[in-house]
This record gives sequence, structure tokens and C-alpha cells, in this order.
Amino acid sequence: MKKSVFLGTVAAATMVAGMGMADTLADVKARGELNCGVNTGLVGFAAPDANGNWTGFDVDVCKAVAAAVLGDSSKVKYVPTTGQTRFTALSSGEVDVLARNSTWTFSRDTDLKLDFVGVNYYDGQGFMVPKELGVTSAKELDGATICIQTGTTTELNLADYFKANNLSYSPVNIDSNAEGEQQYMAGACDAYTTDASGLAATRAAFADPENHVILPEIISKEPLGPAVRHGDSNWGDIVRWTLNALIAAEEYGVTSKNIEELVKSSQNPEVQRLLGVTDDLGAMIGLDKEWAKRAILASGNYGEIFAANIGEQTPIGLARGLNAQWTQGGLLYAPPFR
Amino acid sequence: MTDVSAPATPPFRLSMLVYDRRYRSMTFQVIVFVLVMAFGWWLVNNTIQNLQALGKDFNFGFLFQRAGYDLPQTPIPYTSDDTHLRAAIIGLMNTVIVSILGCIAATIVGVVVGVARLSNNWLFARLMTVYVEIFRNIPLLLWILIIYALFTEILPAPSAYRGEDPAWSMVLFDNVALTNRYTSIPALGLTNDPGSLELGARVSVSWALIAFMVVLIGGWMVRTALHKRAQQIQDATGQRPTTWWQTLAVMTVPSLFLIWFFGLHLLPPELKGFNFSGGMNVDNSFVVLWLALTLYTGAFIAEIVRAGILAVSKGQSEAAFALGLRPRRTMNLVILPQALRVIIPPLISQFLNLTKNSSLAIAVGYMDLRGTLGGTTLNQTGRELEAMVLMMAIYLALSLIISAGMNVFNSRVKLKER
Amino acid sequence: MSEIHAETVAFVRETMLPAEAPPAREAGAVKWLRENLFSGPVNTLLTLLGLGIIWFLVSHFWDWFAHSVWSANSLSECRQIIAETWGEGARGACFAVIRERWNQYVYGFYPSDLYWRPTLVFGLLFVALAPVLFSESRSLRRLILGLTTAVTLILLVALGTPVLWLIFAAAVTIGASVIAERHPLYLLIFSALYPLLGVWLLWGGSIWGVIMVLVGFGLGWGAWLVAARVSPMLSAVAAALVAMIWWIGFAGAAASDAQNLIPLGITPVDSDQFGGFLLSITIGVAGIALSLPLGIVLALARRSDMFLVTSLAVMFIEFIRGVPLITLLFVASLLLNYFLPPGTNFDIILRVIIMVTLFAAAYMAEVIRGGLAALPKGQYEAADALGLDYWKAQRLIILPQALKISIPGIVSTFIGMFKDTTLVTFVGLYDPLKSMSDAVRASTSWKGIYWEPYIFVGVIFFLICFGMSRYSMYLERRLARDHR
Repeated sequence: MKKSVFLGTVAAATMVAGMGMADTLADVKARGELNCGVNTGLVGFAAPDANGNWTGFDVDVCKAVAAAVLGDSSKVKYVPTTGQTRFTALSSGEVDVLARNSTWTFSRDTDLKLDFVGVNYYDGQGFMVPKELGVTSAKELDGATICIQTGTTTELNLADYFKANNLSYSPVNIDSNAEGEQQYMAGACDAYTTDASGLAATRAAFADPENHVILPEIISKEPLGPAVRHGDSNWGDIVRWTLNALIAAEEYGVTSKNIEELVKSSQNPEVQRLLGVTDDLGAMIGLDKEWAKRAILASGNYGEIFAANIGEQTPIGLARGLNAQWTQGGLLYAPPFR
Repeated sequence: MTDVSAPATPPFRLSMLVYDRRYRSMTFQVIVFVLVMAFGWWLVNNTIQNLQALGKDFNFGFLFQRAGYDLPQTPIPYTSDDTHLRAAIIGLMNTVIVSILGCIAATIVGVVVGVARLSNNWLFARLMTVYVEIFRNIPLLLWILIIYALFTEILPAPSAYRGEDPAWSMVLFDNVALTNRYTSIPALGLTNDPGSLELGARVSVSWALIAFMVVLIGGWMVRTALHKRAQQIQDATGQRPTTWWQTLAVMTVPSLFLIWFFGLHLLPPELKGFNFSGGMNVDNSFVVLWLALTLYTGAFIAEIVRAGILAVSKGQSEAAFALGLRPRRTMNLVILPQALRVIIPPLISQFLNLTKNSSLAIAVGYMDLRGTLGGTTLNQTGRELEAMVLMMAIYLALSLIISAGMNVFNSRVKLKER
Repeated sequence: MSEIHAETVAFVRETMLPAEAPPAREAGAVKWLRENLFSGPVNTLLTLLGLGIIWFLVSHFWDWFAHSVWSANSLSECRQIIAETWGEGARGACFAVIRERWNQYVYGFYPSDLYWRPTLVFGLLFVALAPVLFSESRSLRRLILGLTTAVTLILLVALGTPVLWLIFAAAVTIGASVIAERHPLYLLIFSALYPLLGVWLLWGGSIWGVIMVLVGFGLGWGAWLVAARVSPMLSAVAAALVAMIWWIGFAGAAASDAQNLIPLGITPVDSDQFGGFLLSITIGVAGIALSLPLGIVLALARRSDMFLVTSLAVMFIEFIRGVPLITLLFVASLLLNYFLPPGTNFDIILRVIIMVTLFAAAYMAEVIRGGLAALPKGQYEAADALGLDYWKAQRLIILPQALKISIPGIVSTFIGMFKDTTLVTFVGLYDPLKSMSDAVRASTSWKGIYWEPYIFVGVIFFLICFGMSRYSMYLERRLARDHR
């Protein structure tokens, strides 16, 4: 008896989804909800709280896209994905955007048929060790046991780095960040390696952060960014320029607080175009005039999002570093809105 | 059916396909076949279309590319420069190793506990019942996680062995070090190393090992011959010659000679730098998985053993007692051989379960087949279809091999009906 | 006895002596101890070993349990309370995490104002099961239904259920209790409707979808009646065909039209908000309900004398039994989309349920095949002799007996499947054991808490699985018709 219900559901699902995935924008609008692939739980980037409300740096990107496309930043369905399932979830159409601290690499961009639309966090792989070990450089880690998450680029970087420096190590493969912390805290590994931001987040949550040091070596480039499916350029444009709008907004001093005021008063032509006061840029990507304004209003500009989730005022306490605006010596550089 | 002399086969009509019992099953099979074929075609067709839409192909070429990742435990040499294929083979070897060791240990635990549950000792039987019920009714994943956490939290880091007055010290005459990363046990060293036999693909077997194998197998064959002769003499004369010292000598003397000849000795592990070296480090991920699989499956096997023993009718043991057999011999000669017939078939499926459950290695990071081929390789290459198909085929082959092997064994212990 | 004797003998006892108390070592506790614990050297050794194990466990874990804290807001606060109460360095369990995250463990991320819905579904589950599982004993049924009614209603009131639904729940539970007294089999109607009601209450949404599914059954039944006049053989095919055409072709459109016309529904809840025991039990119950019929069909197919059907069944069963469930779950999450028409995408929980069902069905088929094989051949022959056709013979004679024999195997398959629901963690669903505990540990206040969540989840699983196995033993005894 129950089987038939499921068949009915399957049939209904097939009909709804049968429209094809070439036009993601139309699908999202028809569905009235953005499916956003996120981490299953990495504090600061994407994690559900006790009530299942998702917060984090990546989550805010999802919110901005939803606000730009659907006009409501709460119209997001967060699909938790593991390191294993994330790219399949995207290529199979289960999610529209993958905002899951994934590194932009050549093979992922080409062979895996993804399109990375930009970088929302410039990261690099680092090491954390207990202070009592007396290690000051990654080069001193010869023969050490190192905890590493499987299925990530960090695994490859680690192998390359130790090989290049002619060092040996024994990996302890772990499945999730929570497990990595457990192993590291118990001393089951001498060092824990993952993205530097993740290390900082992990260290910040320790009871005794002062007893752990993050080694100076950053052994890889890890540009983390949202990705979309290959083959739907228009949708890619929307996500790319939503991200750029957040970055540009910070550059021009547009915040969620002063945005209404700036819409009325700003004389800066770039800001006027961005906020849809003069040109109608939105029409070019199939959205309305105020798309960028809504995206910024969702959780603020890039700087606000950074500060609220992972900035120095939060327990995670990351400095802007590479992720500062280009005017401040960082790498964030939004192309002109014109 | 009034006319008996009418021809037996009436002319064929189309409706007979449905109404005639002879044709109906044919019709039904054809319909089922067509439906299944159509379903299969539908799946394959969808897959082809989907792959095309994604711009992917179905191609196992990725197996020969550089893997690029390291593995913690490798039965054969492996570096990150090796291919994904070699990584997959190592994963398969790890799966097989943990499965075989798990099956052996689980059988021992199961038999001991199964018999203990039937023991006259009230307390011990109850304790064993508690063990069986607890392990059978709680998910295996929880046991793996709990044992993993136990190992991680209770055992010390290797640094606890360091210093003048270390917090922990090695056990078994300074030969074994228990840490929360691995159990460090002594390795075997040879003073007169005869070198090793290269099998190609950087796999080699020490000549010493081969010599030991030859000696042991030879010893076993001689022992069998001795027994046969003793049996013949007993059949002819009624007197069984004493053979135990001959057997003992055949089994041990050549091995002792080899040990002396090669200068076999233990190399105890030593703490150097971050970790113990010199000995052999057995990773906790392996120990934990093995232990959890053993205890979990052991509880199921205990139930099977108990049921098997209870299935032997009470008259059998009473008859054995009446013949004057002591309880132990009754167990060995009368009850167990009969119980075995009941025990073997469900035991096979427990072995299969254990092998399949070893894929939960994912929870502790033991790099088995699922961890390499179905995990990191799948992830780094994005070839989920190929990797999953290959992995399922290998698991299927493993299961079929185990059940075939056990079925052969089963047919040997089965009741010979003459 | 002559009188002389009576005079010559000095004393003759004329009453029986009362039996002497047995020697102290042969009576009471001492005897029991001697027989059961110290009857020989081996036995004594075992007893000592057993005592040693118990002593080891108690000495290592008792103080930890005894020092448990049930109310605190974070692990550090918890440790502080332990240190204050039992002195510095004392160990203690911090079960406060269970108390604080109880909702999350039970309901996952289900909206908290809608907790009454899963609770109601869970309560009604027992009502639906009453005619199926508790039909053997009136007193047991009375107990179960009474308890269900009381507990469900109290919980619903506590969870702030809307009044209309409260009335509905009261009507169903109390009504069921009353009906069960007179005609327990009438409750089967509710059991048949329950899956639809449960799915609708859990996932919410428009009621028209449910109604349209029911309409499909109605149409199928109608087709059956019509076709049965023409040819009884074709009636089943016709019914299935008509229902399928309706569900696939028209039901969806009809439901949305009706919804537009008369909006009638409850707040929809997405699958990603399911988690904890709600998820486990949903997958478990759905898998159990679906795998039993599928397993029966597979078992019959495997024993059929049609070569093709048998070999297909063997291939399917051996394939499923030959691969680990975890790979099937990965297929559900990674590959299923490849096998379906381009652009198809359906719910991950549904995909997982399908895979778990197929997995359990293969095992179920083997268990039931064992039951079928164990049945004496005379039963088959008797059915044939009565002139019953295949399906009637199966339905009336073979299956009831075969299923009865297979009850222990069926229930242990159920238990295995329920335990296996924890594996969904590896495809990114929030099972109570790993994902949920990881999520709890991800928050700064509960970082580093391991044992307490594991113990809590383990105890719940133990209670459910142990309960199921004990119930199956009870059922086996009740249903035994021989050796009376």
C-alpha cells in the first residue's frame, strides 16, 4: 500500500524535475526555493544550530543568491553534503549552488564538469601542533603522525609537500572535522592539517587555545569558492556577480545599514549602477533592477559577512589577511559593474 | 472431456496462452523477461544520456593514473606516486586481512561464549547472556565508535613513554607499546638474511618465510603419513603405536633448526622522534575495526552455536554418558560433530556479514577497499560510476568466493546419507 | 505385632519422626551456591573470573555513573559542578547534554512548533499495529491501546497541539480502543490508511495529494470489478494498469488543481529537517513495512518452477546480499541520478528508504524461503488436492504457516535493518548516532563530549531492538499450534 504512495511521489518528482536542468534560473524560480549544498557542519562556514537554522560564511553566500534571485533570503534549502557527495550532488542537479568551502582546482573545473564562479575565501593548508611538542616549522615534522580528512585536496597537498621535502609521515585518516579534533586532542596525531581557516576555527574552540600553535608554513593555495554546474552560463553569471556585488559593496562602503540611504543619496555612479538606481544591470542576467541591493541586504556586504561569521570579533577570530580588499593589500578585487 | 477417443492435443488457440496451464507459465515468463529487459534498457539508456549531458564517459583509464595520496597501512609497498589501481589493490588486501582475522577471532569468541552460555555456572552463563544481548541489539557502528573512542582517550600518546620517569611503560618485557595511535609490537629480524624472492611489481617474499612455509607444510604431510601408518597398524593388530613424540619432532625440530640457521630474533620497538620505530606498528584503526567486528559477530555466532548444541537431542548426550564417555569427550565426539551440521549454514552468512560490515572501516579511517577505491580515488577523480561499479563487483566476487568455499566445507561435514 | 512384644520391648515409637533438616551445606543458599557456582574447580574458576569481570566494570565505571550531572548548559559548567560536588579530580558523566539537546536527538531539525506531528504519527503507529501484531491477546491489546491513548494525548497536550488535531487524535485513539473490544479486525481499515496519513503528517503539504492517491486505489478497484466480469485473469492487470495510469498521468495535476481550488493542507516540512530518532524510525518503519511484502514475492519467485523467474530472483537476491549496505547507500546518493531520466531528482530520504528496503527484502526472501522449505510437502499436496489455485493455496495454506515458522528470522532481519539505519550518516543524513552527535559536538559548549551521547543512543537502540526480539519470542509461543 505504501509503495504506491512512493510511486506517486516519484512520478510527481519526475514530472516536476523533468523540465530539464539547462535553465537553472527558471527551475529555481518555479520551485521558489534555492537548493544550496553546504558542509555538514563546520563552525563559521556552515553549521546548523540546535533548531536547524544554518549560519556561516558559506551560508550567507547562499542567502545572498536566494535574495537576488527570489527576493527572499530565507527561501533556501540547505543540503548538507559530505566531502564524498558534494560534487555529485551538484552535477546531478540535487543542488543549484555548491557553497561548501571547496577548492578551485584545474581538474575540478574541467574534468568534474563544474564551474567555479569566484573565490569567497583565499585559504591555504597549514599545520597545527601542540606547543609542548616544541615544533616551530613544518620541516621538523619528519616521522610525525598527521591527522588528515579523507577525500579533500589536503590529502594530495600533504603527500606532495612531504615528498618534495624528503620527509616521512604516517597519515591518520579521519572522516569529519569533529573526529579530527578528537584524535588531535587525545594526542593520537602529532599534527592536524587542514585549511588554515579551519585550523583557526578548530583552535578557537579549544579550552586552551594558547597551548596550540599554527605553524608558519602554508603548503598550498586553497581558493575556496562557490561552484555551479558546467553548461548553464547564465546561472553561473548570476552566482558570480552576486558574489562580486558583495565584494564590490564593501569596496564602495555600501553596508546593509546605509544601503537605503545610499540608494537615495549616493552620487557615486558605480554605486548607483550596482544598486540599480541608474542602469538596469539585472535585466542582463534575467533578474530585476534591485537584485544586488537585496543580495547585500540579506546579510550585509562581504566585510560584514566576514566579520559576523569568522572575523576577529567571533570566537574563530580570523584576520582578513589575503581576504582583504585589494585596496587594503588583499586579493579581493571585484570587476567593475558596468 | 466426454469423447475419450478424441485427439489428445486440441488445436492451438491464442487464448490458451492465458488459460492453459502448460502455456501460461511460458507467457508469464516471456512477459517478465520483456519487462526486465525493458527496465534494464531504460536504466542503461538513462545512464548513457546522463553521462552525455554531463560530458563524461565510462572509462577505467583513471585506474592507471598517479594516485597522489598516501596510505597509512600497506601490506605491499606503496607511495603516492603509484597508480589508483595499486591503491585499490591495497584496499582490497586490507579488507581481506581484517575479514579473515575477524572471522577467525569471531568464531573463537562465538564458540567459547556459546558453550559458556550453556554452562552450569549460573553467574558466568548470565554474564555471557548479557554480553550477547548487548552486542546483538546495538548497532555495529556504535561499537566501532565506542571502541575507537576508548582507544583514543584511554591509551597514551607515544610521548608518554618518553623521559626518565615515563608515565607509561611498555608491557611484555619491554616488547609491546600500547599507544592511542598504534600498538607497537616487535618485528622479526634475521642475522643471516637469505634475501627475498622478487615477484615483480615491487612485491617480494623473504626466502626465510618460504623456507618456514615449506618446512611446516612438509612437517604436516609427514605427520599425516605417520597417523595413517599408526591407524593401519591399529587396524591390523589392535595395538596403536605411540606416535606423539614422532609427531612433535617432525613438527618442531626443522623449524627450530631454521630459527637457529637464520638467526631469527625479535626487534623490540623503540621511541624515536615522534613515534616508535624498529618494531611493527599495528594501527589502531585496524585493531579497533577488528575488535569491534569480532565482538559484534562473535555475539551472533554464540547464539548460532548455542542453538546448534541445543538442537542435538538430549538422547545423544545421555547415550554418550551411558557409554561412559566423560563430558568433554561427549562434547567433542558426539555433540559438536552433530551440532556442526546445524551451525555451518548460518555461520557462513555471519562470515559474509562480517566481510561486508568491514566496509564500516570508513568510521575509523582504516583504508579498506571502500576507503581507497570507493573513497579517496572516487573523490579525487570524480569517477563515481566506474569506481562504484568496480567496488560492488569486487565485494560481490568476495562474497561468492566465501560462500563457495564454505559450501564445500559444509558438504564435507554434512550428514552422509548412505 | 503380638502383645508379647509390646511388653518386652522397652520403647516403641508410634509416630513418625519429622524429617531432619538437611545438612547446612545441602540446603538453601549454600546448596544453590555449591551447585551453581562452585561445583568443581573449573566452575569455581569461572565464577571467580565472572566476579572479576563484574568487579572490573563496576570499579572503573561506577563512580563515573554515580557522579552524573543532569542539568548544565555546557561541558565546562558540567565539569565544574562535578568538581564542586565530589571534589577536585572526580570523574563524572555529563548527561546534561542529553537533557539540553533532547529535542535534537529525537526530532532532528523538525520545526519545534510542529513536534506534535511526528509524536502523533508515532502514537498512531501502535493503533495501526494493534490489529496486526496484538491480535492474539485481548489483554495485551487493551494494555497497548490504553497506554498509547494516554501517553499520546498527554504528550500532544504538552506539545501544544492545535485543538482540532487534539480532537482527531483523541477520537482515533479512544475510538480504536472501543472498536478493538468488539471487532478488532475493523481496525485493519485504519492500518491500511495509516501509511498515507503518516506520510502526510510527517512531510505535510496539501491533503489533495493523499486524496488523489486514494482515488487511484478506488479507480483500480473499480477497474477490478469491471474487468472481473470479462475475465478474472485480467482483472488484476487491469486494476494495476488503471491505477498506475492515474497516479503517473493525472494524480499530480489533479492534486494541484484541487489545491488551487480549495487550499487544504498543513505546513510542509522538508526532508532535510528530519534527523535523530525521527529519521531512524521513519526509515526503519517504512523499510519494514515495504520489505516484508517484497521479500515474500521474492521468496515465492525463487521457489517458483518457472526457470526465468527463479533465476532472476536468485540474481537479484545474491547481488543484494553480496554487497555491503553502505555501497548501496552510496549508490542512492551518488549514482541513482545517473540511472533515472535526465533531470530527475527526488528526495534523498526516499532514495535511502528504497535502498534499505531492497537490502532488507533480499534477506527477508531468504528467511521466508527457509520457512517455505521447512513446510511439510503434504501441505502443498493437500492444497492441490483441495483444488485451490496457486495464489489461493499460498494465501490460505502455505504462507500463514511458512511465515509463522519464519517469525524469528523475520524479526531479526527487522532488527538488523533498524540498526543499519545508522549508516545513513555516511550519505549526509543526520542519524542520531554519528551525525547528530557530531553536530552537538560542533557547538563550543559541548565540544569534547563522547561517551554520554553514545551511551544514550545505544540505550535507546537497545530498548527498541531488545523489545522487538522479546516480542517475537512471545509471538512465537502464542502462535505455536502444535505440542499443546
